Formats: sequence, C-alpha cells, structure tokens
Amino acid sequence: MSNYFFFIGLPYAAIVILLVGSIFRYVNFGFKVSSLSSQFLESRELFYGSRPFHWGLMFLFFGHLVAFLFPRSVIAWNSIPVRLVILEVVAFGFGISAFVGLALLIVRRLKHKRLLMVTTKMDAFVYVILLTQILTGLWVAYFLRWGSAWFPSVLTPYLKSLFLLNPDILAVSALPLSIKIHIVSAFVLIGMIPFTRFMHFLVYPFSYFFRSYQYVIWNWDRKKIRKSRKLVNGVRSKNN
Amino acid sequence: MDIRSQIAMVFHLDKCIGCHTCSIACKNIWTDRKGAEYMWWNNVETKPGTGYPSKWEDQEIYKGGWVKKGNSVLLKGAGKFKGIKGLFHNPNMPVLDDYYEPWTYQYENLFEAEEGDDQPIARPVSLITGEYITPKSGPNWDDDLAGSEEYAKNDVNFKNMSPADHEAMFQLERMSFHYLPRMCNHCLNPACVAACPSGAIYKRGEDGVVLINQKKCRAWRMCVTACPYKKSYYNWNTGKSEKCVLCYPRLEAGEAPACHHSCVGRIRYISVMLYDADKIEAAAASNDDDLVKNQLAIYVDPFDPKVIAAAKENGIHESTIECAQKSPVYKFVKKWGLALPLHPEFRTLPNLFYVPPLLPTMSYANEEGSYETTSESFWGAVDKSRLPMSYLASLFSAGNVDTIKTVLKKLMAVRLHRRAETVGDLPEEEATDALRDSVMDKETADDIFRLTSLPLFDQRFVIPPAHREEAIEMLESTADVKGNSGFGFKEPPVRGL
Repeated sequence: MSNYFFFIGLPYAAIVILLVGSIFRYVNFGFKVSSLSSQFLESRELFYGSRPFHWGLMFLFFGHLVAFLFPRSVIAWNSIPVRLVILEVVAFGFGISAFVGLALLIVRRLKHKRLLMVTTKMDAFVYVILLTQILTGLWVAYFLRWGSAWFPSVLTPYLKSLFLLNPDILAVSALPLSIKIHIVSAFVLIGMIPFTRFMHFLVYPFSYFFRSYQYVIWNWDRKKIRKSRKLVNGVRSKNN
Repeated sequence: MDIRSQIAMVFHLDKCIGCHTCSIACKNIWTDRKGAEYMWWNNVETKPGTGYPSKWEDQEIYKGGWVKKGNSVLLKGAGKFKGIKGLFHNPNMPVLDDYYEPWTYQYENLFEAEEGDDQPIARPVSLITGEYITPKSGPNWDDDLAGSEEYAKNDVNFKNMSPADHEAMFQLERMSFHYLPRMCNHCLNPACVAACPSGAIYKRGEDGVVLINQKKCRAWRMCVTACPYKKSYYNWNTGKSEKCVLCYPRLEAGEAPACHHSCVGRIRYISVMLYDADKIEAAAASNDDDLVKNQLAIYVDPFDPKVIAAAKENGIHESTIECAQKSPVYKFVKKWGLALPLHPEFRTLPNLFYVPPLLPTMSYANEEGSYETTSESFWGAVDKSRLPMSYLASLFSAGNVDTIKTVLKKLMAVRLHRRAETVGDLPEEEATDALRDSVMDKETADDIFRLTSLPLFDQRFVIPPAHREEAIEMLESTADVKGNSGFGFKEPPVRGL
C-alpha cells in the first residue's frame, strides 16, 4: 500500500505542485523569487562550500537525466568494464564534492551569527532534504554497485511509465530501502521547489547569453500609433 | 544620429562644505530599511581618502567597469562568460566589512534602565545581528582626515603619482583636502546593466535613469562587481540589489531629487542633455587621453536645428528640448568646459560631472615653509598648487594633466576677473591676461560667476516633467480605461464569477 503512495501518489503530487506552485509564485510573487545569496555577509567560506556543492550537484543532476533520457547509450557505454568504472568513479567524485560542499555550507551557516539572521525554517528544511539526498545517493553508489548499470534497466522504465501516465511500480517496490529513500526524497525535493529557495533552479539566467549587453526600456513609442486593446493589440510597456 | 535625452548633473566641488545633508536626505527617503541600513546611495567622501566602500576606486581589487579591447570595450570582472562562471561564488564582490557593519544605539536603555549607581548608557548594537558591537568603521570615517595614515595614505589615486608629489602632499604645510559627493552616475554605458544576468537592470529610454526591476532581480550580484563606482548595493535581507533611483517620482513631476534639493552649499545642478547614442561605443573605447574629449563630444548642441529635428523625430518632447537649451549642465560641461566626469577611465561614460576644486590650489608653501599667497600674483599660479595636478587628473581626467589644468585656469580667470571688478585691488592686466589665456570674454566670465555663486533654484534645477499623463495615454488607450476605477486600479469593476 505504502508503495502506491510513495511511488505513484507522491511523484504525481510533486509534479503538479511544482508546475502550479512555481508558476503561481513566479507570476504573483516575483519579488520573492531570488537565489537569496548570503555572500555579502560572508564570502571566503562560501567559496569552498558553494562551488564544489553546486558543480557536484549539477553534474549529478544531468547524469541522472542522461540515464533517464538515453538508457541505451548508457548501457552501451558500460559494456566495457573499464568505462563503467570510470563513469562510476567520476560520478562518485562529484557526489563527494557535493557532500563536502554542503557540509561546509551547513557549518558556515551555523558558525556565523550574521548568517543565522538570514536563515529561515525553509533553509533548515533545504539542508535536511539535500543532506538526505546526497547521503543516500552516496550510500547507494557505494554499497549497491553499479548504479549506472541497473538504473537504465530498473528506474528508467519506472520513470517513463510515470510520464506515460501508466505507472508500473513492480520493479521499484522490490528495491532496497536506501534506494527507496533516495527516490522518495527526490520527489519531496521536487515538490518543495515552489516553497523554498530551490526556486532559483528555475530562473537560471540562460537569456543572458542571447541578449545584447545594454538594455534600454522605452515606456512608450511615440512613432507607433496606439490602438485600443479592445480593438487591436496596441504597444504595451515592457516593464510592467 | 540617434538623439536621446539624458538627465545629467554637475557638482561644483568648490562649493561643497561636506555637511552630508544630501546623504541624510537620501537615507531618510530611500534606505532607512532592514537590509539597506548600510547603503548610502549618496555619500560624501574626503579626498585624499579611501572612500566608501573602502578603496572602491581600485579596480584591481573590485574588477569594476570596462576595459578597452580593440574598438570596443569588455566588462572587467563580469560579463557573459565571467559572470555566469562566478554565479555560485562571485570572487570580486565587496562584502559587508568593506562597507561597514551598520549599528544603532540602545536608546531605550536610557529610559528603562533599572535604578543604580551608574548613569545608564546607550550601547551600540549591530543592526544585523542585534549584538553589542564596537563600531570600527563607518561610511564617512575618513571625514576631514586628509593626513591620516589609515585613510589618506591609502588613497588609490596615488598609484600613478610620482613619489615626490606623493610625499609633498603629506607635508603639513601642503596638506589639503576637498570633498567628493558621490552617487549613481546613471551612465551612458552602464556596466551594471551589462553585467546583470537576469536582465533586471535597465536604462530608461526617456530620461536615461538606470533602475533595477526588483521583481526580476535574482541576487546574482554581478552589478555590485561591475559598477566601478560601487553604487549598486546588495540588500542582504530581501536578496535583491538596489541602487539610486534618482528620485524618479520627483523627477517625473519636474522636481529635483532629494539630495539635490536639500544641498546646503547649493553645489548641485541637474538638467537634461541631448546626446547621440550612436557615438557611445566609440567614445567608451577611446584612448585614455581622449576619453574626456570624446565623451563630451557625445552630447550635442540643443540649439542646432538638425539636432532639434532629430530629437523631435525620436519623440523627445518640446519641453525637454527647451530644458536642454536652458540646461545649467550643458553650460558647465559643454559651453564653458568647466566640469569633468569622475574617473572616466572606467569607461562607463558617467553623467555626473564635477567642477574640480580650486580652493586648495590657491596658496602653497615656499622653501622656508611659510605660506606663499601674494608674491608672484594675487593667488599664485595654478601649477604651483598645493594639490598636485596629477592627483586631480587621476580623479577627473584619466591622468590627462592638460585637461585639468585648462579647467582650473578658466576657474582662476573668472576669479581674477571678478576680484578686479568688485574689489579692484589687483592690476586689471592680470585679469584680462588670464581671461585671454583661457579664451574667455568678460560676459562669459560673468555668466560663470553668476551661475556659480548666485544661481536661483530654477536655474540649478531645470527638469522637464515626464509627461506621465501622455505616457499613460500612449500605453493604454483611453477606451480601455473608460469605466474603470481610476488611477492605480486597472481591473474593470466587473461582477465576479
């Protein structure tokens, strides 16, 4: 029964909350969407925490994404044992990097009184969920080898079945507890994105690459003739 | 030719008395909030000194502004590649301690302390942590300390000066200082705008005010690095950057910003200038020596019929062109050539110009160590000033001594002329010679004198209204707002579902 809840109910709830919640927050509470950087209050220790943490996490996220989107390529890559070991060691390295970074970030936040002033309950939650996620991930990677070998054949079909709205939890239900915790906490993390500073995943500034450096906004364009919205769409201000 | 209008300012440093009234006016209106206590959108520094944040002029530390690359410019410490790379930790960002830790005093203790043998005191507490602190630095703690080891000695502008000049500045007899009020320059080539990854910072087309959209800011902090004047601040509480908004609600109504309005020394002038936007990139990429000249060439003559026609074509309102013609800023900067941008070598093309200070240049110490004021001529020559020309050149002309000398000679000529006119205690040839040297006639000198010493309120602040009423009509057809509840309530009063 609990398997139905954790592997069917929870994932769908998480995705619906993610979509509805983040769009709602973005549209209605634009002011509250921020990465909430605390570098201004403490910079040196942030360097050693933030960089390994973010790069490690980014690599692991895209690793999981690749294994989900291109399972056959991953299996093909792993057909030669040396390549499998290289992949696993590299991924484990990024896992360690993310873990060390996170640990330093937690220590940093507890150590400096200034940082405690900008720490909320949601930040505590963020730390707990990330720590759970990274620790179980490292546990699974170490004790239940080799993840990149069984992920494409066990978890990819499950995730695919979720997206095809025909969930098949037979294989997932039989997995060891540590993997189950890893999966459940991942869905919790996704569902909590709209309620935490995780929102900053969704506003990564890709558009910066495609715009010119200078940015001028005109409130009105006198050269164009304005027309009523009720008739034809007129020229609207871009900054409101 | 792409003519646009820009709000520009002139600060007359000879008139600045360093009272900080401008800073207080700004603070009371805009930054007296949690997270913004440490921000001084407007601040007054003593030069020589390290300023606020400490050593902000040293771009080897803070990596602000632009650097020349070929015929264009690149951001020094931010930009598409460097900025995105530094998103997780910005290596060139000033932190709280580079500014100062804001504090208040426990005033309530004076009233609520229990009865005892000692007088109750108001101890300083941090506005960030709420703990007791001992303040060790503040936004103006270099005030008047022109000879200090801690502040003046570390002035970044000494870097390019000869050791002899440097030493001379710290001899007791030659010591001098002047004030430098600073605020956002609302640059023509703003580095903060270019550095913002989320595109939250923009320049307003109509009047050139640079603003941060608080809803789009995501705390990537690149503007703080990119602004070489360190006039973009990070609000540690809201997680958004903030900067001077040039009191745009006042500006739009045709009123001067609070810092200008409140200025006790009446050093501030604000008005519009018309400029040619096509020339910006080339001017920003000029050689160091030509930076000032090329920047001033961007601003165009508002009386030129061609310029007026091009301005009207671009939708610039009559009243704005009229203000540009009456602009005191245009007079100081272009017509008389008396005002210079601060640190043009940052290549942001700032729109705040300074009339360099003449006062400390007047007298100097002779070999015997006594003041020399009247020997050669009435006030002594500009070249023999107490404040070395190379120091002022480092501040206002990217190291070009000739530029600064020309300006100071003009100021001196006006002074000599007026002295001859009003007091008459110096030979008239001296005054006429000085005027001739600066290629200036008596009328111009009188005009400069009048706008410097006796300007009326309306002569200092010539600001066109923003014509919001027309702007709203342009944005939203009157047919759309017909039957609505009026200003600020755009939803039509329709029965709910």
